[in-house]
Amino acid sequence: TMRILELQVNGTRRRVEVDGERSLLSVLRDELDLTGAKYGCGEGQCGACTVLVDGRATRSCLTQAASVEGKQVTTVEGLERNGALHPLQEAFLAVDAMQCGYCTAGMIMSGVGLLKKTPNPTDVEILRAMEGNICRCGTYPRIVAAIRQAAGGVKAADKAADKAAKGGAQ
Amino acid sequence: MIERLTEEIGLEPERYELTEGPAYHFELGEMQRRAFFRVLGGGVLIVLALKDSTAQQESGGGGRRGGAPRPVEIGAWLRIAEDGTVTAYTGKAEVGQNIRTSLTQAVAEELRAPVSVVKVVMGDTDLTPFDIGTFGSLTTPDMFPQLLKAAAAAREIMLDLASEELKVERGSLLPADGKITHPATNRSLSYGELSKGQKIMKAIGASPLSPREGWKIAGKSLRKINGRDVVTGKQRSTPDIKLPGMLHGKVLRPSAFGATPASIDSKEAEKLPGVIVVRDGDFTGVVAPNEGTAARAVAAIRAEWKTTSQVSAKELFDHLRKTPNPPAKPPDTLAESLVAAHQKLERTYTVAYIAHAPLEPRAAVAEWKDGKLTVWTGTQRPFGVRGELAGAFRIPEASVRVIVPDTGSGYGGKHSGEAAVEAARLAKAAGLPVKLVWTREEEFTWAYFRPAGVIDVTSGVNKDGVITAWDFHNYNSGNAGLRPVYAIQNQRNEFHRSDSPLRQGSYRALASTANHFAREVHVDELAQSLKIDPLEFRLKNLKDERLRAVLEAAANTFGWGKSKPAANHGFGIAGGFEKGGYVANCAEVAVDRASGKVKIVRVVTAFECGAVVNPDGLKNQVEGSVIQGIGGSLFEAIDFENGKILNPRFSRYRVPRFSDMPKLETVLLDRKDLQPAGAGECPIVALAPAVGAAIFDATGVRLRSLPMVPNGWKS
Repeated sequence: TMRILELQVNGTRRRVEVDGERSLLSVLRDELDLTGAKYGCGEGQCGACTVLVDGRATRSCLTQAASVEGKQVTTVEGLERNGALHPLQEAFLAVDAMQCGYCTAGMIMSGVGLLKKTPNPTDVEILRAMEGNICRCGTYPRIVAAIRQAAGGVKAADKAADKAAKGGAQ
Repeated sequence: MIERLTEEIGLEPERYELTEGPAYHFELGEMQRRAFFRVLGGGVLIVLALKDSTAQQESGGGGRRGGAPRPVEIGAWLRIAEDGTVTAYTGKAEVGQNIRTSLTQAVAEELRAPVSVVKVVMGDTDLTPFDIGTFGSLTTPDMFPQLLKAAAAAREIMLDLASEELKVERGSLLPADGKITHPATNRSLSYGELSKGQKIMKAIGASPLSPREGWKIAGKSLRKINGRDVVTGKQRSTPDIKLPGMLHGKVLRPSAFGATPASIDSKEAEKLPGVIVVRDGDFTGVVAPNEGTAARAVAAIRAEWKTTSQVSAKELFDHLRKTPNPPAKPPDTLAESLVAAHQKLERTYTVAYIAHAPLEPRAAVAEWKDGKLTVWTGTQRPFGVRGELAGAFRIPEASVRVIVPDTGSGYGGKHSGEAAVEAARLAKAAGLPVKLVWTREEEFTWAYFRPAGVIDVTSGVNKDGVITAWDFHNYNSGNAGLRPVYAIQNQRNEFHRSDSPLRQGSYRALASTANHFAREVHVDELAQSLKIDPLEFRLKNLKDERLRAVLEAAANTFGWGKSKPAANHGFGIAGGFEKGGYVANCAEVAVDRASGKVKIVRVVTAFECGAVVNPDGLKNQVEGSVIQGIGGSLFEAIDFENGKILNPRFSRYRVPRFSDMPKLETVLLDRKDLQPAGAGECPIVALAPAVGAAIFDATGVRLRSLPMVPNGWKS
């Protein structure tokens, strides 16, 4: 049965008329043409479809689009702010943490989800948070290095944002 | 072509691709057949079509040897636009080896242009010169110098033009930074101004190439050239393509391999809104407005299948030994040297079928327009797939265009065009573009596998630890890396073809992984039985200086022989060569005596592939090979029974994950005096035997089957 869903995606309200059972991944990719999140397995085992739902890394292939109404959905396309990449995107570029790039968006979104919850993760925390994401090209060491590198950058960016917010409040 | 190359760079001839007929014999319907004859009305086109189909039969897999000779004119490989943008053209495909980046370096280096103005068009059969395929680690030894030469030739033309225009001696001009400068008068002309965007029809000829020692852009680390598009999600691979009016397809899969339809009832599927069911011979598929409806429609088809009984995983190795060309009696000299040996060792090693499991499954978008078929698909053989499509639809290759967007990996697993043919058939019936993306389960089941194999090794050594006799027989897995890397006086190395119960084909480094596993574990067993250090034993038996260099480099970095492993830890070493590269690994494992679990804690890799083109890119490939190699070494195996895959999902087929990652140290030996060789494959071949030796060192248990510890080292 078709339903009209109101989704908040990358800070913008998007209305889609879809089957109520459609996965978030399918709606993002096929209805909204946000193809950064990829299909890799359809069973939540590879993490290529990871997006943020209210700031939490979520497997969009196993999430019904209808279930995220009223929540903030962020895809990899929504990380860039005024032409500036997210520190983790910058770190992925800096350490060249990719080969074919098919897993990259999911890796970045899982990493961003981790850094939101745990701004300064230990290596054990990084491995635990990323264990559900598969990179068949085997760039895991570089992805860990990128997350480590971004951790500092995220803190700095957050501080700057805090400062700016405080400045604005005064 | 391949034969020439393999001779030149010392590769062994081998099967790169499947040797099988097409999966479907389409009838294409009455109407379409009439249309086909109309297209082929002219005699010339018919001749072309016949030629194509002959070539196809010869190659057995779709036009592999049917390609045109390489164009000689510069303009086929490289164009300079008026705005100075340089576009290079190659039929190679980007599947994660980062050759888009290394080939950009080739063009920028010889043209003396900044990397930022160079764009590489890849794997587009209408735009790029014919290419045999992206496999065999051929891009670096073959396409990289081709583009170096084309760029050098273009640079020479720019010098000619500038000399004419500025009316100065050619020798007084300097090509740099995308322009030709006359330093004496401080005048310069950009390549765009010189070329005026015209295609250069002059032959490439023999323009001087820069000495590798003086490389300024090549030989230096350059990060993935389109990395920004990747991290922002802008990069589009085949499943991300959307065309106006595009529909979504699904294919009905048989209940088992080789099953044919007994009855198919698609009434329920046809009732779904907007669904078309397409039946043609043994092919049944659906087209729907969206993927979900297509999936529901195909699930609603009731089908019964005629099946045949097939070999299962548990009887696999006995089955593979039943070969039409079993080993003959060994030659007398070999038999005598085995009898005369101080010690004789006879062992059998096995390897399982494994899946490439590229994260991007097979996918294609097909569009028929004005009698021409265009297919976007992730394949390593765009021209091969063009041949497959021409054959399947009985149209000339000139009426087919295959475009390969940068693809979510292949590892040798995407030599074929299954999804392309299926999507094209559905699009033909729908009269609109159709996208087909295989599910993970389809990719695990209906793609092809790295061959399983059985390897028998019989060897003899003398008292001093010199291998004197070697009899090596590989059943089914292949002949890559078959010959020993050691200098052995009496030897026989044979590959015996078997009837594989599963569809099998290429894989990163092909059978070299299997053959290195058997050989290097066997060598470790010989060293152990003679109580000689395994590194010392290897150095005693090899003459190849390049192999010696990587073994010593790995050993030095690892600290081989300097310390004893901690309790429940073990050290192992192995090495070899493949596709022009040389690799050695030292591995440290930790074992759990209670649970039987094995963790690889540290891997040192020393690698040498001639002159290094992109040091950090190379390191990335070497690291990736090692990580991917962990899967086949420890736990990856396809389980199958009577024509069905039992573990066609990531939840049942374990691939390496973050927690499997060892501490990696990579040592690159840069040999500027040698031609660069490819690096995507070789660094995977020595990991498994190094890890196996380390497990033995830790436990005293010798593991002779890949994967070694799917259920721990104790079972």
